[in-house]
Amino acid sequence: MSNLCRDCLTQFETGARCPACRSPRILAHAELNDLSIAHMDCDAFYASVEKRDNPDLRDKAVIVGGGTRGVVSTCCYLARIHGVRSAMPMFQALKLCPDATVVKPRMSVYVETSRAIRALMEELTPAIEPLSLDEAFLDLTGTTRLHGAPPAVMLARLVKRMEDELGLTGSIGLSHNKFLAKIASDLDKPRGFSVIGRAETEAFLRPKPVRIIWGVGTATQAALDSAGIRTIADLLRWDRGDLNARFGQMGERLWHLSRGQDHRRVNRDERLKSISKETTFFDDTSDADLLDGHIWRLSEQVADRAKAKHLSGRTVTLKLKRADFTLITRRHSLTDPTQLTDRIYRCAKDLFEQSANKGPYRLIGVGISDLAPEAEADLNRDLLDPNAPKRAAAERAADAIRARFGKEAIIKGRALR
Amino acid sequence: MKLSIERGTLLKALAQAQSVVERRNTIPILANVLIEAEGANVSFRATDLDIEVLDRAPAMVERAGATTVSAVMLHEIIRKLPDGSLVNLSEDAASGRLTIAAGRSNFSLATLPKEDFPVMASSEYSSNFSAPAPMLRRLFDKAKFAISTEETRYYLNGVYLHVSTGDSGPVLRAVATDGHRLARIDATLPEGAAGMPGVIVPRKTVNELRKLLDDDDATIAVSVSETKVRFATPVITLTSKVIDGTFPDYTRVIPTGNTRRLEVDATEFAKAVDRVATVSSERSRAVKLSLEEDRLILSVNAPDSGAAEEELAVAYQDERLEIGFNAKYLLEIASQVDRENAVFLFNSSGDPTLMREGNDMSAVYVVMPMRV
Repeated sequence: MSNLCRDCLTQFETGARCPACRSPRILAHAELNDLSIAHMDCDAFYASVEKRDNPDLRDKAVIVGGGTRGVVSTCCYLARIHGVRSAMPMFQALKLCPDATVVKPRMSVYVETSRAIRALMEELTPAIEPLSLDEAFLDLTGTTRLHGAPPAVMLARLVKRMEDELGLTGSIGLSHNKFLAKIASDLDKPRGFSVIGRAETEAFLRPKPVRIIWGVGTATQAALDSAGIRTIADLLRWDRGDLNARFGQMGERLWHLSRGQDHRRVNRDERLKSISKETTFFDDTSDADLLDGHIWRLSEQVADRAKAKHLSGRTVTLKLKRADFTLITRRHSLTDPTQLTDRIYRCAKDLFEQSANKGPYRLIGVGISDLAPEAEADLNRDLLDPNAPKRAAAERAADAIRARFGKEAIIKGRALR
Repeated sequence: MKLSIERGTLLKALAQAQSVVERRNTIPILANVLIEAEGANVSFRATDLDIEVLDRAPAMVERAGATTVSAVMLHEIIRKLPDGSLVNLSEDAASGRLTIAAGRSNFSLATLPKEDFPVMASSEYSSNFSAPAPMLRRLFDKAKFAISTEETRYYLNGVYLHVSTGDSGPVLRAVATDGHRLARIDATLPEGAAGMPGVIVPRKTVNELRKLLDDDDATIAVSVSETKVRFATPVITLTSKVIDGTFPDYTRVIPTGNTRRLEVDATEFAKAVDRVATVSSERSRAVKLSLEEDRLILSVNAPDSGAAEEELAVAYQDERLEIGFNAKYLLEIASQVDRENAVFLFNSSGDPTLMREGNDMSAVYVVMPMRV
């Protein structure tokens, strides 16, 4: 049996406490030094950042979320004791936990913190696949000699450094593939470190509900339920061909995953397929001027992102959610890809005007897809819009000013609407 | 209704009607053709609510009447009948079927009541004139390649037919553009057309109209109102709504100060463009034209796929110029030239380029360069 102290990182063979520091927080697993695929998930990330930055909040229930009809983005573990959960409407959360302090999300701080965590992870391996700001897969295969320590030690060191240097806690799942690593990180939250070895994979999965499988949502669950499949054990009884015949591609995946087989690689560069931004209004609106301002700002955010990534998009999509939650999406393919706010905005605006739907709307979104490198962007000019090159040049000039003097240094009047 | 008609005559009359019918439509009656028999004639009427076509043919009418049946099915049946057969159409009101009999073949088709058939409201035409078929054919044929398919700019989805002033007096003018290229075609103004309102004739109408214009000797009666346009031969009447929108002011798009003049054999030019474009990237299709004295070098440099170059002997006496175009646009424009050399007039590599046939100002094309 390999043992590891999570506090002082001492490795030893037997004992319930660390021989060096007497800490009881030890990891013991026969395959501890052989597993190298990990999933790191921060504990109540947004709320933890808020508590770190404002020590007054430390012993209070904190809910991060916003707006009069906002939902809970994240809540700290104190709030979770009262039954508050992510994505719960704010009024309901406050009913459950009236003493909670509600904090508006400070996205830029989270992004910055996420970068710091990323930097720590980069020291372990280049094979990092971020899933969101606060979680990522790491593949540490073949790094033992480089670091002079097995992956488990390096991961324990990573979360320790996150606590010491960034004041944040995270949980680690370590296993032999992504599917199991992700499950493992959730087993022992917060401040957890769970290991699922090859030997116990099947026994571990067997009694679990099928819901544990990534990609099994309400719909799939209902379909599985009607086939009498509730647990992984039920799945294991099915023949591969039968699963395929009944559930198609999903069946094939279920067959593999129920056996703990997952051959997906940890992809550093999940290739971007689209860039989009959306906003939900505080109050439903059908005010054309207000919506126009939103379309402009969203187009600008999309264009900024595209420019930062040196990408451009050929298809512009406008998304509208009406007050009754019906979703309208309209898309238009340009003759050549663009990364300019001006073109994205004009296209989205046309789509909006031709959507022929009455508001009020609760959400509006703008996006580009069918991405192409920026070298292919904005090569064609429009005969009927002779001022377009001037506007494009103005936009580039404004970008240069903003790069030097800050985002607010120069903005369009339209953005103020 | 009961009538008999020669198969060939019937097929011709039905051909135009069935092509107007939309293949995928949700309103059953729109899939049908309205057959009306009276006197010594039978007429076939079909519509997609934007275009209506009415086709007349001589027939031996035994019993006048009217009904509607599936346009596509009736056309298919008639098409498959042997040439020269005499076709009998008879409606059985009791069973609601139309019987088609020819030789030993017998068909019966389900009908829908003629009252359900939407007949396009007739409107007052403010302008009526007649024009020879070859003239209209030229106007639309040379313009239609530039029609836009962009639905967001619906007002470009047709040919703008209007009265204007050309180099030598008033003209009937057809303009089409998609923002990347533009075609402006002029014809002598027919008598009586002077007061015609400008209309945007939709693409589908342009395509349907084409079938009326094949006969060189035909004269087409044209009627125009603010909302509709009608083209009629003695046997076919095509009525269409026009696009409800404002065609952009194209005149400011056509360059007048371009001085660099390239003259080239259009066929040779098109072939060379086509050859070098083979290696261009599928999406941008960029081709570079490098001009110096009496020499044109066409080149493509696509980092992913390769490079190509071809030299052409041309007439060019101005400063050196490098300019890029979408190969597809160049090819389409070059293929409009059928008699003389193509003359290109450039300004700079960022400005619209003008193309015409020799010195003929009655057909002018503009194409926008692209950055290469």
